[in-house]
Amino acid sequence: MRRVPLGFLGFAALVVAVVVTPLLSTHYRTFQFAFVGIYLIALLGLNILTGFTGQISLGHGAFMGIGAYVTTILVVDHGWNNLATLPVAGIVTGAAGLAFGLPATRFAGPYLALATFAIPLAFIGLLKRFPHFTGGTLGKQLPPLRSELGLDTNPSLWIYIVSWVVALGMFAGAWLIVRGRFGRALRSVRDSEIAAEANGVSTARMKTLAFGISAFFCGVAGGLFAMAVTFVNPDTFPIDLSILLLVGVVLGGAGSLGGMVFGALFVEFIRITWGPALLDLFSRVHHINTRAPGSSLVVYGVVLLLVLYVAPAGIAGLVRRLATGRRSVAAWAKPHATPAQDQA
Amino acid sequence: MQQFFQALTTGLADGSIYASLALALVLIYKATEVINFAQGEMAMFTTYIAYALYTHPHFGHTLSYWPMFFVTLAIAFAFGVGLQRVVIRPLEQASVLTVVMATIALLVILQGLAAWIWSPELKFFPSPFPTSTWVIGGVHISKQDVGTFGVTIACVVVLWLFFRFTKLGLAMRAGAVNRAAARLMGVRTSWLLALGWGFAAVLGAVSGMMSAPTQFLSPTMMDAVLIFAFAGAVLGGLESPIGAVAGGLGLGVLLSMLSTYVHVITPELRLPVALLLLLVVLLVRPAGLFGRVVVRRV
Repeated sequence: MRRVPLGFLGFAALVVAVVVTPLLSTHYRTFQFAFVGIYLIALLGLNILTGFTGQISLGHGAFMGIGAYVTTILVVDHGWNNLATLPVAGIVTGAAGLAFGLPATRFAGPYLALATFAIPLAFIGLLKRFPHFTGGTLGKQLPPLRSELGLDTNPSLWIYIVSWVVALGMFAGAWLIVRGRFGRALRSVRDSEIAAEANGVSTARMKTLAFGISAFFCGVAGGLFAMAVTFVNPDTFPIDLSILLLVGVVLGGAGSLGGMVFGALFVEFIRITWGPALLDLFSRVHHINTRAPGSSLVVYGVVLLLVLYVAPAGIAGLVRRLATGRRSVAAWAKPHATPAQDQA
Repeated sequence: MQQFFQALTTGLADGSIYASLALALVLIYKATEVINFAQGEMAMFTTYIAYALYTHPHFGHTLSYWPMFFVTLAIAFAFGVGLQRVVIRPLEQASVLTVVMATIALLVILQGLAAWIWSPELKFFPSPFPTSTWVIGGVHISKQDVGTFGVTIACVVVLWLFFRFTKLGLAMRAGAVNRAAARLMGVRTSWLLALGWGFAAVLGAVSGMMSAPTQFLSPTMMDAVLIFAFAGAVLGGLESPIGAVAGGLGLGVLLSMLSTYVHVITPELRLPVALLLLLVVLLVRPAGLFGRVVVRRV
């Protein structure tokens, strides 16, 4: 087990970075880094499904949306404390994930992805259909962010602390989930469904559970997201977000927990800082209006394609290669021997 | 009764659009076991190309509808073949999951490019059919619905004839059944995959141009249609081309009936209903209504 020390060192470095970052950052940057923590939670969840179990989902942005709406409705309409809503957001979303996963995981890999593509679209439709409950197109406004639990910090630092405490806790949780017997069963589904079944692993059950767990993570992330932005409406969780989460997982390194930190940094900063900067650079060479709508989508897509061609194991794979000198291919991206197919 | 027939014709017109896109999905799936996520976006993009041909003068004049239609189909074919050669072929040795990811990347890029080039605002797209109706026994039948149905089904039939009666079609079917054996028989399977992408793009272009007049042209116009097409393909069994067409048509009619007779189901609920139907069918018959259970030899 050569990877364990590297992983442990990485986690220690992450904790140090999390403590030091707010000391060196402006309020605005701290607020941005709070979102990195939130996206990290969502990516960890999606990674359990995609990286470890080998099932693509294009719907996890909508699971964040469900969590965000649970938090919002509990706080606004029922007067809950927003911290107390987070577990509920996770459990409700996890249950929704299980309910969807139960039939949907009967799909072979790629078809599951196409079914999940419908989730964000259906979610937005449902939000608009029941406006008395969800606020409809207008959405709902949460009370402004205030520090609690006896801490007297500015709101940016407060949400940063909350996000990262939850994120680090859930990072440890994800590690516990994927390390033992259960994690091995998940990976066996990814590597060969036939072999997994032959060894007594119920692939449908493992996929469904992975779906529920990943939805739980995204629900918690969504609850935090609602707390941070203090406003939700159907446009807060578009299909682009689901796609961006998937790009984050692949770029960070599907099947690597530590890689999700890079993925989360990418998801937060490509949207606001790096993407536009990259495009501006491009617009100086060619005289194209790179601030036009759609340009950011093109950037996400090109980044995803480049990662698939150049580094299928993502940033985590590159880091591991630097550290161990070995070239590794992400297990999920390895070509499987295609078994001969008979129709009987 | 009049209401019933009107719902039926509208449903068949919508359904034929789902059916052609469902067939495109099945076409690529049968050959490579890859779901092409970019299918809807390819359709959308070619429809924008059609729009550009129709509205902007090229070489001094714009094209009228039918020349534009067929020029677009030719462009779509080249576009599909090109995408397969440039984007998908380098990943030939990679896992199915990687290729699916690449098609997701294509989806994002095409959607972004369309918004970038043509702006995300809704655009009006012409229909070749008049907006008037025929009245048969008190039933109003929209000429546009009949035309949409006719054009789409004609394309499906032409494609079926191609697969059934030409040598190239036979080679493509052989490649889909057993790629290795087809290759050993001297079939250039790699190029056949590109051809498959080309035909799928043509079907997509038809569905795009037929749905644009009622839906308006926008970069996200095919998102929901892709889901309906997929639901149709699943209803019919993912491996069965005839099943895909029947499933697409059936779904169109069913949704049209539901929104006519069940008032709880507003347009916003069309997609959740389709999703629910999809999941229920999978629970009851995982291989679809027309599909067969595939047995794998390890």
